[in-house]
Parts: sequence; structure tokens; C-alpha cells
Amino acid sequence: MLRFLIRRTLFFGLVVLGAVAVIFALAHVIPADPARAALGPDASYEQVEHYRREMGLDRPLWIQFWRYLSRLARGDMGVSIVTRNRVSDDLGEAIPATVELLLPSLLFSVLCGIGFGATSAVRRGQAADHLSRILSILGMSLPVFWFGLVLQLVFYKHLSWFPAGGRLPITAVPPDRITGLYAVDALLAGNWESFLQALHYLVLPVITLSTVNVAIVARITRASLLEVLGRDYVRTARAKGLGGWAVIYKHALRNALIPVVTVFGMRVGIMFGGAVLTESIFAWPGVGRYAFYGLRHLDLPVVTAFTIYMTLTYAVLNMLVDASYSLLDPRIRSE
Amino acid sequence: MPVRVERVETRSLHGSAPFDRLRVNDILRHTLLAHGAMRRLKRFFQGGLGLAGALLLLALVVISTFPHLFARRDPYAINADARLRPPAAAHPFGTDELGRDVFSRVVWGTRISLGSALLVVGASGTAGTLLGLVAGYFGGRLDEALMRVADVFIAFPALIMAMAMVALLGPGLTNAMLAIMIIWWPQYARLARGQVAAEKVKPYSEAARAVGRRDLGILFRHILPNCWVPILIKATLDIGVAILLTASLSFLGLGARPPTPELGALVTQGREHLLSAWWYSTFPGLVMFVGVLACNLLGDSLRDVLDPVLSTN
Repeated sequence: MLRFLIRRTLFFGLVVLGAVAVIFALAHVIPADPARAALGPDASYEQVEHYRREMGLDRPLWIQFWRYLSRLARGDMGVSIVTRNRVSDDLGEAIPATVELLLPSLLFSVLCGIGFGATSAVRRGQAADHLSRILSILGMSLPVFWFGLVLQLVFYKHLSWFPAGGRLPITAVPPDRITGLYAVDALLAGNWESFLQALHYLVLPVITLSTVNVAIVARITRASLLEVLGRDYVRTARAKGLGGWAVIYKHALRNALIPVVTVFGMRVGIMFGGAVLTESIFAWPGVGRYAFYGLRHLDLPVVTAFTIYMTLTYAVLNMLVDASYSLLDPRIRSE
Repeated sequence: MPVRVERVETRSLHGSAPFDRLRVNDILRHTLLAHGAMRRLKRFFQGGLGLAGALLLLALVVISTFPHLFARRDPYAINADARLRPPAAAHPFGTDELGRDVFSRVVWGTRISLGSALLVVGASGTAGTLLGLVAGYFGGRLDEALMRVADVFIAFPALIMAMAMVALLGPGLTNAMLAIMIIWWPQYARLARGQVAAEKVKPYSEAARAVGRRDLGILFRHILPNCWVPILIKATLDIGVAILLTASLSFLGLGARPPTPELGALVTQGREHLLSAWWYSTFPGLVMFVGVLACNLLGDSLRDVLDPVLSTN
């Protein structure tokens, strides 16, 4: 296990290095000028040149690359050209916001998806199965951003049940920072009002972000469980007198979950993409929005930091997926 | 089996044509083929969903091919007297902030969205399949290099990659399409490569090699016909994904720009007036939803019918 971890860590270190190198190379190739992009079309030639020197953009590429790496080793990701803040500070604000949005969405997708899928497989051919399959194909076809707007229209404008966006009311003071996740911090501080407010603001974005994933998880769970339910050991378990749901939970579902975990691991990555849209609709100050503005303004330090962040997320996700295989099926060892 | 053979023999004996072995074989083959096709068609229609998907997609294709027959108003015509009007007989989907007919814009937008999705899937599908076929058949360094490149593209979420690519290329519908093509071909390459790797060791390809067929001949005349099914299924499903991706890029301001009535761009423009003019974003999005749904229904049914191994039923 230790060797596996070391090998993986080294490998992902190389991948991060490669990704940063590619970003640097691309930034040098593209016609757009980050200094001009940062100062806008009205800046004079002297101002742009001064800015270029100040930011070190006039040095040879490999020197810029080397300086970036040596700063990165000290945890310094540079200064954003657009916000003029340190990128690490900006990310420190944005990452908890995204995590607060992603964690409940993941939980919701997994629980609902597996629930729907399992019900569908067990009640194959019955009304519940048809309903769940129709819902899942509808859910898979939803344009995420349009769905978010429709939710706002219905639940904010017409029913006034939920707010249109943001993490807390503008007038509310965020809870003291412990984890950066408002709901968790409020709970830790024992501030119930703030906790409920934070949850209230989470409902619509979480639904927007997870509906497609619920549908996909449900489909895969159904297909995989149907296959497992036909196996000999399920028949054996039934034959020895175990009740219907005991067989499904203890014997079938656990074996059926391996393909679900694989696909879900990939979906989590796609959810980071979906998070860009969701954060944009619900004015959620997360990484997706930050990266999006960074990309639009060719804010190189931000883009590079985002690449590193995505690569690391992928690395951790892949390791978690691999580790969960051996949890689900002890015959699989992570070697 | 014996039942089918008997039926064929009786039928051929009834005819006046001279009875010979070749003819029986011929009829037998055609009957079995027809029988298989009928069974597949029956399965395809039995679910009803596949048929629904096919009809919906057909309707959208007809609308996109002849938009002027359905939208009698000019999608770009500004009418200052009819700004943000709710749906009514004159404007079934209402009007936008410049008094343009949303229905006409949606009809032309369907043409743009569906057309660009077909183009993106067609181009990246063809390029990826060809590269994958060659890589899978010949193997070696080319294969290795191609698959490592594919790994990188497949590992990252398509939307993020497309965002980055368009940011570098510059925003616009053409660049958005180009970006999606660039990040999409590896998926087809990987799929085709896997198929070829499995097919090239089967007896029929070895037989073709043994009788002296050339590599490219074997690849395109023998192997390709045996591995296009999963590629076609993926392409069908991907048309929906392509519509969504292009629209998402437009929503982020990286795809089609105003006044182009691409469906995603329409939803985006309507967003500004979401609370005062519900129809503006709702109808373009609904049509997009229906389009994607049609592709998913059709792709699913095709999978069930053509590829029982991959079937989710």
C-alpha cells in the first residue's frame, strides 16, 4: 500500500509539472497579450511595458517557468492579474465555497441515484421501474444552466421558497471561519439561524448540479444490479431463506456498485465542469467562477493555479476510487 | 432452427423456379436476414421510446432543414413596438427585448444548434475513428503515442477543456465548435482502437491476411464493417452532448454571440429578463431539452437493438 501511494504521488507530481509546462508553452504561443488584457485597451504602450517588467512577463520563458516552480514550492502561486490578490488567498476563499456546493451534491447524487436504480432493478417491469427509467432519461437530457434558470423562475419568483443566489443573505454576517464551509462553521459555532440560512441557500444550486448525476447513477445502478441479481450466489442466498431486501443489500448491491463507483469517479470530474455553470447561475463565489473569469481575462497565474488544482483533485479522486474498489470487493487489492 | 429451414424449403418448392442447392441457400440467407431485421425492428418499436426519439429527431431535422416554412417572421427583424410581449397568437413564444419573434429565433436556433452538433460529431467522429482504426490495427509507437494523448484529453472534463481552448482561440461559435472537435476525437479513437484490437485477431481477419489481402483492405473492408455499431451508438448519443456543450459555451459567453440565435445564446440573452419575461429563456431551453432527449432515446434504443451486450435492459 505504501509503495502504491509513493508511486502514485511521484506520478502525479510529474503530471502537475507537465501540466504547468503545457500552460506556459501555450501562453507563449497564443497571440493574446496578458499584460494588455490586464490593463485594458486604453492603457498606453509605456504602461503595458512597465506592467510586463513588473510582472516578469518580459523574461525568457524558461526563467519564468523556473521562477514559478520555485515560488510554487514555497506555496506562492503568484498574484492574479485581474483581482490583484494573491492567487492562494483567492483560492482559499473559493475552494471552500465550491466544496460546500459539491459535497451535498455528491451525497445527494449517490443516495438518490442508488436508491432509484436499486428500486428500479428490484421492481423490474413494474410501474416504479418505468417511472424511474423515464425520469432518469429526462434527467440525463437536461441542459444544466437552463434547468437552474427554470428552478429560479419557479421557486424564487413564483413560489418565493428559495433565494435566487449567493451563499447567505447580503445582510448576514458569515460565521467565523473554521473550515470555510458556512453551514459547517455555523454548526460548529452553534449558530442555528446561520446554519439554516446556509442550507436554505444551498438547495437550488445542489438540485441543479446533481439532477443529471442522479439520473446517470440510477441508470448504471439498475443495469449493474440487474446483472448481479441473475447470478448464482444471489439464488443461493434466496434459497437459504434470506429475505428479499437482505439479499439485495448484503449480497447483490455491494457487488453491483463497482461499475457505479467507476462511472461516478468520472462524473465527479464532470461535476467540476457543471459547477462552473451552476456557480455562474447562482452567483456562487467558487473556483469554477474564479477560473472562468481567469480564463476570460487570460489571467495566467489563475489559469495555472486552476490547472494544478484540477490535476490534484483528479489524482485524489482516482486514488479514492481505486481504494473503494478494495473496500467493496476484498479480492481487489490496490497494488 | 429446423422450423425455419422447412418453411423456406416449402416456399421454394411452391415456386416454379428450378430447385437447386445454391438457390435454397440464397433464400435461406435472405429469410434469416429479414427475420433478424424484423425482430430488431419489432424490438425497436416495442419500447415506443426509440420510435418517439426517432420521430422527435426527425421533426427537429425537418425544422432545421426548412426553417423558413415554420418561422414566417424574420428572426433578426426588430420591432420596437412589441418588446417583451408574452406568448400570444401572433408570437407563440413571445418576443424579446428588441421585439424579435422568439419562435422564429428558436426555429433558426434549432438549425444552428443541431447543425453545429452534427458537424462537430461528424468531424471528430470520423477523424477519431480513422486514427483509432489505424492505431489499433498497426499498433506500435503510433498507437502508444495516440493513446497517451487520448488519455490526457479524456481525463479532463470536456467543458473545462473546451473553456480553456476557446479562451485561447478567442470566443465565437466557430471556435467553440473547433474546440469541441479538438477535445472529442480521442474518445472515438479510443473506442475504435479497442474494437479493432479485438477484431484483428479473429479468424476472419487472419483468413483475409492468409489469402493475401492488403492491410488497408482488411481494415476497411473486413474489420470496419464489424466494429461500426458501438461508434454509431456513441455518435447518436453524442449529438445531444454536443448540443449541450455548444450551448454551455454560449452561456458562458464563449460560444455564439448576439444576434446569432443559437439555442444556448438565446437562453443566455433571456436570462437578463428572466424575472420579467419567463418565455424568453424557457422556450429555447425547452427545445434544446427535447433535442437532447430525442438523441438519448434514439441512442439508447439503437444500443438495445444493435448491441445486446451493451444493452442496459
